[in-house]
Amino acid sequence: MLLDVNSHATYCYTGGKPFNAEQPTVVLIHGVLNDHSVWILQTRFLAHHGWNVLAVDLPGHGKSAGEAPASVEAAASFITALLDAAGLVRVALVGHSWGSLIALQVAGGQPDRVSHLVMVGTAFPMKVLPALLDMSLNQPFKAIDLVNQFSHSMLAPPPSAMGPGTWLYGTARALMRRVLASNPAVNVFHRGFQACDSYTRGLTAMARVSCPVLFVLGQDDQMTPPKAAQALVSAALHGRVLTVRAGHQLMLEAPDAVALGLAAFLEE
Amino acid sequence: MPGYSDPGFDTLALHAGASPDPATGARAVPIHLTTSFVFESSDHAASLFNLERAGHVYSRISNPTNAVLEQRVSALEGGIGAIATASGQAALHLAIATLMGAGAHIVASTALYGGSQNLLHYTLRRFGIDTTFVKPDDMDGWRAAVRPNTKLFFGETVGNPGLDVLDIEAVASIAHDAGAPLLVDSTLTTPWLIQPFDHGADLICHSATKFLSGHGTVIGGVVVDGGSFDWEKSGKFAELTEAYDGFHNMVFSEESTVGAFLLRARREGLRDFGACMSPHTAWLILQGVETLGLRMARHMSNTEKVVAFLAGHPFVSRVGHPLLESHPSHALARKLLPRGAGSVFSFDLKGSRAQGKAFVEGLKVFSHLANVGDCRSLVIHPASTTHFRMTDDALANAGITQGTIRLSIGLEDPDDLIDDLKRALKAAERTAQVPNAA
Repeated sequence: MLLDVNSHATYCYTGGKPFNAEQPTVVLIHGVLNDHSVWILQTRFLAHHGWNVLAVDLPGHGKSAGEAPASVEAAASFITALLDAAGLVRVALVGHSWGSLIALQVAGGQPDRVSHLVMVGTAFPMKVLPALLDMSLNQPFKAIDLVNQFSHSMLAPPPSAMGPGTWLYGTARALMRRVLASNPAVNVFHRGFQACDSYTRGLTAMARVSCPVLFVLGQDDQMTPPKAAQALVSAALHGRVLTVRAGHQLMLEAPDAVALGLAAFLEE
Repeated sequence: MPGYSDPGFDTLALHAGASPDPATGARAVPIHLTTSFVFESSDHAASLFNLERAGHVYSRISNPTNAVLEQRVSALEGGIGAIATASGQAALHLAIATLMGAGAHIVASTALYGGSQNLLHYTLRRFGIDTTFVKPDDMDGWRAAVRPNTKLFFGETVGNPGLDVLDIEAVASIAHDAGAPLLVDSTLTTPWLIQPFDHGADLICHSATKFLSGHGTVIGGVVVDGGSFDWEKSGKFAELTEAYDGFHNMVFSEESTVGAFLLRARREGLRDFGACMSPHTAWLILQGVETLGLRMARHMSNTEKVVAFLAGHPFVSRVGHPLLESHPSHALARKLLPRGAGSVFSFDLKGSRAQGKAFVEGLKVFSHLANVGDCRSLVIHPASTTHFRMTDDALANAGITQGTIRLSIGLEDPDDLIDDLKRALKAAERTAQVPNAA
């Protein structure tokens, strides 16, 4: 569905179910150069198990208009505005990679507004190699191929998102190319990486988070290895870790483990 | 900067989509000959039907063995996913039926396999889908054929029977200007010779019966999605961009930004038309795919030798292979198909229909049958077999003479193939010329 956020049309996928204000809501936030569709199975699963689901396309990404956020803080302000636009007082927040930092920043900024925080494939600090940062600006298609290679852990994932017969390397590459093309004004690849690289408030934000926190980490993740999340894990007051046999694209490589882990955590 | 590169072709041909079986440790891909798959619980069943969880329900829709083949061919083509079908014709039909219904229009190359031409020219017209045929190198023709209801462009990487090479980039550009995707049949080239997605194609279909299987054992097909075509931006594909009450009111293009076509093709096309592949067939095709690179290299080197031999033979008036500078697609083939333009081609004997028959009957190593892409070398004489009812004029319009012979070069020792051809050419020359004798 489309919501008006900061006077811009903002797309949120609802998991195949209409938005129902009577149900609890979970907001899912994608990472750099991705969109709502990376949550294809988790969104449908949660939507069919009692949750309102809003899997957002961040501004300037995919189907959403507006200025692509240049920092984690700007993206967090957008998420807060999204909650206001949807009339949501309290939500569960789930973010992947860059999206996990955005969710953290929202939860740290407005702890009473967040019932659960899930950080999928996360790290802090989330530094990006200078050479990769430069490549994302000047040779984005080459950088897409490189990131794609680092983001997958296997040539043969078990039944994965979108389902049998899907070649995840190809799907992820096509999506990154599509999202890059969706914003001719700004290189959202480079801007997203810059936002990750420059974010410094992770531990400060985590210290203010009062809700339960679930870290969903890919044991074979080369982009954000599990050890890179340890500072946040240690800082979380009510944190726990779910390790999944997957790489950085763990929602796609291990959709069942992530969906079932999310559902179990959110039901608490 | 240093980094990993994508796995190479031969690595993907062996490993993409398959790892040792977690239940048994089996290294080769198991054949999952089962119609159905047990649900863990009622909730698990509902989740699979609702597309909340990935998994298998019923082998008409998906099967673990087929899924390996689908992933592997996608990987080799550089696509996002694929669907294995009962035949190459079923793959073409699935692509078309997913994208359109009555009232739609296709622009297609004239240089098509006869089965594809039949489907478009006769059968689909009965269902209200019209096709305009355009010579593959006629870019103005492709452009002029576009109508408001045009929803697909279709051609073969190298056309039948003359091996006209399709300028994929140019045709894709015209298709995209018209808001339509380009579907390319790459059966004769396989991803080892060309990866059409790199040149702008949006969908690829194969008769896997041919080189992918490579051993002349099974019938099968596959359709692959490149994930590049923006169905929403086109505005022509309500099938993918509006709620479909035939499947949970799903809006496929919202569900998956790049995979809408595959979602509908599997959830509707395999479900309702039912032209699925047997898992046993998928396994046999996988055996072929695992050695595709090795086999294609040999197909090409043998073809080069046979083409050179035939081109220098006094009883041969024409050899229709882009390897030769005389072929109209020679330059384009060098650009798009640097590894070769395939091992299926035709040549003309300087002789009658009777001499054509004598040639075929004089062959000992080549097998006389109606197929291509086998590891064994194959031959057919169109004027006395597939096209025997056609008049001389009709044959000429199809680019076929009384002495046209089609070869599919296999993997035998090349000297044996050339000796076989020498022997048969001699036999044909010895046969008295009887004009138009059948």
